[in-house]
Amino acid sequence: MDAYVQDKPAEELKPPVASVGLIGWIRANLFNGWFNSLLTIVTLYFLWIVVPPFIRWAFIDSVWNTTGAVCRNADGACWSIITTNFRFILFGFFPYDQQWRPLVAMLLLFGLLFYSRNRNHWTKGLGYSWIAGLVGMGFLMKGGLFGLPSVESTQWGGLPLTLLLSVFGLTAAYPLGVILALGRQSRMPAIRLLCVIYIELIRGVPLISLLFMGSIIFPLFLPEGITINKILRAQAAIILFTAAYIAEVVRGGLQAMQRGQYEAAESIGLNYFLTMRLIILPQALKIVIPPTVQQLISAFKDTSLVVIIALFDLLKTSQTVLSNPEWMGFSREAYIFVAILYFLGCFSMANYSRKLEKELSTEN
Amino acid sequence: MNEETPKSTDMQAIEEPMIEIIDMHKWFGEFHVLRGIDLTIHKKERIVICGPSGSGKSTLIRCINRLEEHQRGKIIVDGIELTNNLKNIEKIRAEVGMVFQHFNLFPHLTIVDNLALGPIWVRKVPRKEAEEAAMHYLEKVHIAEQAHKFPGQLSGGQQQRVAIARSLCMSPRVMLFDEPTSALDPEMIKEVLDVMIELAQEGMTMIVVTHEMGFAKSVAHRVLFMDFGQIVESNTPEEFFENPQHDRTKLFLSQILH
Amino acid sequence: MGAPFFNFSDIKTLLRIGPTRSQKVTNRKVPTVADKKAMQTENSQAEKVPFWLDPKMRAIVYQIGTLCMVGLLAYYLVSNTLINLERQSIATGFGFLHKESSFEIGESLISYSAASTYGRALIVGALNTLLVSFIGIILTVILGTVIGIARLSKNWLVSKLAAIYIEFFQDIPVLLQLFFFYALFYEILPSPRQALHPFAGVFLCNRGLVFAIPEFHLTHAYMGISFLAGCIAIYFLRRWARRRQAKTGRTFPVFSVSVGMLVLLPGITWLAGGAPTAMSVPELKGFNFQGGVNVSPEFSALLLGLVLYTAAFVAEAVRAGIQAVSKGQREAAMSIGLRPNRVLQLVILPQALRVIIPPLTSQMLSLTKNSSLAVAIGYPDFVSVANTTINQTGQSIEGVALIMLVYLIFSLSTSAFMNWYNKRVKLVER
Repeated sequence: MDAYVQDKPAEELKPPVASVGLIGWIRANLFNGWFNSLLTIVTLYFLWIVVPPFIRWAFIDSVWNTTGAVCRNADGACWSIITTNFRFILFGFFPYDQQWRPLVAMLLLFGLLFYSRNRNHWTKGLGYSWIAGLVGMGFLMKGGLFGLPSVESTQWGGLPLTLLLSVFGLTAAYPLGVILALGRQSRMPAIRLLCVIYIELIRGVPLISLLFMGSIIFPLFLPEGITINKILRAQAAIILFTAAYIAEVVRGGLQAMQRGQYEAAESIGLNYFLTMRLIILPQALKIVIPPTVQQLISAFKDTSLVVIIALFDLLKTSQTVLSNPEWMGFSREAYIFVAILYFLGCFSMANYSRKLEKELSTEN
Repeated sequence: MNEETPKSTDMQAIEEPMIEIIDMHKWFGEFHVLRGIDLTIHKKERIVICGPSGSGKSTLIRCINRLEEHQRGKIIVDGIELTNNLKNIEKIRAEVGMVFQHFNLFPHLTIVDNLALGPIWVRKVPRKEAEEAAMHYLEKVHIAEQAHKFPGQLSGGQQQRVAIARSLCMSPRVMLFDEPTSALDPEMIKEVLDVMIELAQEGMTMIVVTHEMGFAKSVAHRVLFMDFGQIVESNTPEEFFENPQHDRTKLFLSQILH
Repeated sequence: MGAPFFNFSDIKTLLRIGPTRSQKVTNRKVPTVADKKAMQTENSQAEKVPFWLDPKMRAIVYQIGTLCMVGLLAYYLVSNTLINLERQSIATGFGFLHKESSFEIGESLISYSAASTYGRALIVGALNTLLVSFIGIILTVILGTVIGIARLSKNWLVSKLAAIYIEFFQDIPVLLQLFFFYALFYEILPSPRQALHPFAGVFLCNRGLVFAIPEFHLTHAYMGISFLAGCIAIYFLRRWARRRQAKTGRTFPVFSVSVGMLVLLPGITWLAGGAPTAMSVPELKGFNFQGGVNVSPEFSALLLGLVLYTAAFVAEAVRAGIQAVSKGQREAAMSIGLRPNRVLQLVILPQALRVIIPPLTSQMLSLTKNSSLAVAIGYPDFVSVANTTINQTGQSIEGVALIMLVYLIFSLSTSAFMNWYNKRVKLVER
């Protein structure tokens, strides 16, 4: 109970050795208590029996640039299936000497994507560049003008086809999804009903059924004589499918908008369209950028389903190589390669989405 | 503040120590957050700890009920030493009540259930008894009419009073308060402080981390000033506010008592 | 956004283009001179608003316009379709369900042959879908929960491995995973004659996993009954334990006793029934195994791919749910003196489940929808059977419509359940 006044400031000491540095880290994170220690030991043992044999199979014993026959005699992974058939897996049946065109188209797409990563670049100019870029990509693939020989869409395949289906799919689905979301929020019962029916119907069925509908039933909808090619049918199905999911994502953003924004717009005298265009949508769409990127990732993965309706995307070209007797039986290597490509794409998009989410949440 | 509030002369602290902290050090990684704390708190004693943010005052009281672990030194609560021994920790936690800055009421339970949870599951009290005790404490903090509502339906001040009642239901010997009014709107601070003053009048041992100097003046036996992880000055409220001795104390007081 | 914008009395008023709503009210009383004057001014005021600026009128016009457009589009598509179907001599209607299917189905839960109808074939497909979805959901929830909790573990190694698992399996398309596992089973596993024989009675070959099961004995039925009786007993035990705790405060180890009961009761029944141990052991006869149970590579690949993929998403949902409970809740519960297991049971889990269950149910639905990919690896689920039916009868519209209908039923019942659950556990706020 006595009064106390400090006479000299206490010195800053170093923490006990066992609680910092490498030893401290190991103690806290790996061997914190008996249960954790047991867990660490079991996990390390498990890694020990799985990882070295895999490395041996995939790298040490693997064969890299030989024929199929040599592969069969080898113990390890046969990566020759990839190296020898590289161009077919990537580009499908696109004419061999014209394959620089899908390559350039893909590089164009990657370039645009890379540039768009930085949000400071998101200007109207970028929007126009994207439209020009997409048109350019379509043109590069199709040809027919400026001396480029025309390549029928039946010959498009591989990675460009996958990218095409995803990017065009999402681009077309986005405005449609926004309209559906606005329709679902509408005060007019008929419009709201139509939008709800569409959204719930599409979200309730698997994509495969829509792809079937696209490839088998769409031709029946058209009058005699008019046909649409297979890719367009699949693309339409993907657009219809993705639009419903985008609609739900945007609806989340619209619902997160504070009432005050609507009221402020009303009190300035803006009508419905101006309110949406100038006030509500810019904010709502910004809020839901992360889930929208998630949708892009899903659309990218979902394009793999076109294999079932026999479109030659990345997955189907790999399977075609595997059906060649020379390369039969090396599915593991082929699928691992395709998996790596998909993983790279999805992982970079997921990472970007996480980074965006952090940026956006600190801004708001 | 009510000038008739009993002061140290009315409720003498008993000489028996309730909490003893001996040369306690704590590090967060490389950062030496508590440097050699020596502190003894006696039964029925009321202490206010103040200081700038980052001085370690919240960390200090969180070490007392083992929400944070100290790396060197001793902490003894009511004769039980605080170590890694789980049984001791449990015993100490049952004796020490804590009120948080952000209330931390359980949102999925009614007010009554919030209070009865501890007695039912820790002290194994029958439900009826626990609920009666809960109502008793709710009346004590003047909030009995909200008993069957959910925390989300109450204001900040009401929630904090419920939080105090929740700690009291476990019949603690010591109550720790970690900035109990910092998250409240100004008009609700008084209702919480009034409850704390009533508690003081009944002889509860209290350690309060706060910036409410009026409360310190009217109720505390001692005021401690902490800075950079050490206790810089400790004195009775009169001496502390009229005659601060240390330079840093003077600086701090000039900043908050403008 | 304000009062209802559009209601039925508006239709009546507008269509009559007669007295306004306010006039209808005043019309009920006998009009006095003052009333008549009021009516006149109101009438003239109402007439002053031209109908194309009246928001209610415009809303009706928009809606009628949209409905007309949709209707016209539908009419156009349907008439084209009917013409095309006629041209290709494809039948319409669901009569094909009664025709003989003339195709075999590899695995079926009920009896089926090529002489059965298409309708029966579709039922077989639907049952297969339910089977793989049901087992898949149970395994996914277990695996996903374990990985989600592992992701939050303080053990760096475990947490990092869980993070790698989640990232890896989320970023690879599920169809690719299905193909991979199917190819793996086919290429690595030997033929039945050289089947792997890890334990007695268990064989692994490219025709599937074959293992012995106990031959059916009456005791097994009794064991099933005793298990059910155990479940009912547990329910009453919990009620009794809760009452006793409310009265006296003493807790009862309900969990351990329940587990013990569920193990012992069937066990005792088995002993009482003479401990029958006769097993149906698979034996190699000719080119394949007879007896025992055969889990086909198609089923295994489908189950494995679906579970591993969906568990990654479930793990994220579990992790998000547990992290959604603020740290302060744990601290408050601990400072009251609750033990860690009680903290989990009484404070953390109830709050975490509120956040976990909605995404969890949508993942369960996603797994059911993804099971439709079975068509790609040859497992006869509903879509697969429907696809064969479409190929054989040419009636694609009915077929695709059936597929959509079945999955819509799954989705809508799951949404209904989720809505009900959310309403029930909503945290009460001001």
